[in-house]
Amino acid sequence: MAAISREEVAHLARLSRIEMTPDELDHLASEMQLILGAVARVQEVAAADIPPTSHALPMTNVFRPDVTKPSLSPEDALSGAPAREEDRFKVPQILGDAE
Amino acid sequence: MSMIHKTATEMAQALADKSITAVELTQQHLDRIAAVDGDIHAFLHVDSEGALAQASESDKHRAAGTARSALEGIPLALKDVLTQKGVPTTCGSKMLEGWRPPYDSTVVTKLKNAGVVILGKTNMDEFAMGSSTENSAYGPTHNPWALDRIPGGSGGGSAAALAAFEAPLAIGTDTGGSIRQPAAVTGTVGVKPTYGGVSRYGLVAFSSSLDQAGPCARTVLDTALLHEAIAGYDERDSTSINAPVPQVVAAAKRQDVKGMKIGVIKELMGDGFQKGVLDSFKQSLDLLQEQGAEIVEVSCPSFDYGIAAYYLIAPSEASSNLARFDSMRYGIRVGDDGKRGAEEVMSATREVGFGKEVKRRIILGTYALSSGYYDAYYGSAQKVRTLIKRDFEAAFGVADVLVSPSTPTTAFKIGERANDPLAMYLADITTIPVNMAGIGGMSLPSGLSADDGLPVGFQIMSPAMQDDRMYRVGGTLEAALNDKLGKPVWAQAPELAVK
Repeated sequence: MAAISREEVAHLARLSRIEMTPDELDHLASEMQLILGAVARVQEVAAADIPPTSHALPMTNVFRPDVTKPSLSPEDALSGAPAREEDRFKVPQILGDAE
Repeated sequence: MSMIHKTATEMAQALADKSITAVELTQQHLDRIAAVDGDIHAFLHVDSEGALAQASESDKHRAAGTARSALEGIPLALKDVLTQKGVPTTCGSKMLEGWRPPYDSTVVTKLKNAGVVILGKTNMDEFAMGSSTENSAYGPTHNPWALDRIPGGSGGGSAAALAAFEAPLAIGTDTGGSIRQPAAVTGTVGVKPTYGGVSRYGLVAFSSSLDQAGPCARTVLDTALLHEAIAGYDERDSTSINAPVPQVVAAAKRQDVKGMKIGVIKELMGDGFQKGVLDSFKQSLDLLQEQGAEIVEVSCPSFDYGIAAYYLIAPSEASSNLARFDSMRYGIRVGDDGKRGAEEVMSATREVGFGKEVKRRIILGTYALSSGYYDAYYGSAQKVRTLIKRDFEAAFGVADVLVSPSTPTTAFKIGERANDPLAMYLADITTIPVNMAGIGGMSLPSGLSADDGLPVGFQIMSPAMQDDRMYRVGGTLEAALNDKLGKPVWAQAPELAVK
């Protein structure tokens, strides 16, 4: 099994949007090595002719009637917002350089 | 007279007889929580005011002869992963500190419609990731049988609340064993219904293809009554099964297993199982045989790969599900100084809001799903899932139900496995296959382990939407064990210091 480097863990942390400390990255890199070594066992029995199962029940395309029903009021929907402005979620700058 | 040591069924009878009111019964449990929860820490939030208001409403229904269900006025502890409108819901995480959901989960709606009184929210491993409740951001829960031991996880709070007589009913959720393993190590009953049997609407998602809410109580019948109250089709959950709820209450009362074939899974009782656990398991098999069941041995060789597959599938789904915690719409926000952009604020928030185990699983899942590794890890795990399903199908071809010990060991000590994720993951070796196949699983107490005096759980598995079978076997075994042992396991728990 390929070793997982600290740089790879740092990349995964960036993809996951978690700003990790250098200590955390060191620790996680060694843990990931152990855990991946253990879970890689699945490859021993995963033969090419076995179909994958993503879901236990045979279910496809579940639809509901397209009718309007009562939903959350703006007040309720915004009740947990860390910041709001009028009837909207207020978020930090998304595009371009901040200030 | 205090009723907290009674079963929910006995409490319901007392309410019907008018020998106690729902307000009195609720107050007794609130008093018990105040007296013992300082040591147990089963609850993250106690909603005294809301519970007493619900109880008062319940008394009006009883008085008017319009009881809404068999559980009208019975108190319940709710795992903090299900939303209840206006009541704090944290999932054991700093990320959701202070969040009060604007809506009820379907489970809560059904509990309210049944007249069940919700006492409060119970402690859990953060976002249901763990087997000991040590991963809660709010501190661990202690096992009422031995305060230095874990109550199981992730639903340790719900199980401990039952064992400590803080509530006669509780709700848990089970992704890899989070209802059954806590039930086993606290001497209580817990059921993971068939996947899709209970709505996931309002259940904060961990691994959506595995998550399932279910009932917990001290007896099989009480568990069945709660099962019927929360189960059923819900159009708000696209994976909800549109079929009648299995007749679990009638099955729990049946007390007869004559002619049933009970399959013992060879792979779930070998090395790594504590002797006292295996002895208790074998005693229960003998009792079932005496009751007229036929015991057969079955082999499920793929189960050996269950943990490995689970720790790829569940973290993969979690890495996607937990992306919703972006600090924009709910939960905490860190580092928003007006200068930093959205992604920086998001990253700073997730660093502070998530604990170690959650981060570990998000990183693991992100890795397993990344291009170049997908086939080797996530893809292979999905194939193992197919193999596990096939093993179950073959086993159910020769047996009506399958059985195993619920856990390899009794409750371990707090701190013992906290820094060894792989040792912690082994706690779920017996429970994970059930989630992978989407079938039903129950743990009920089968006695105390001779080597340490702690409760042992007996697991019963039934095919999808045949949940009544496990209740039939569980109810029969429970009665036979009570005859043999003199009194129920849960009634042998040590007295707790009352403050």
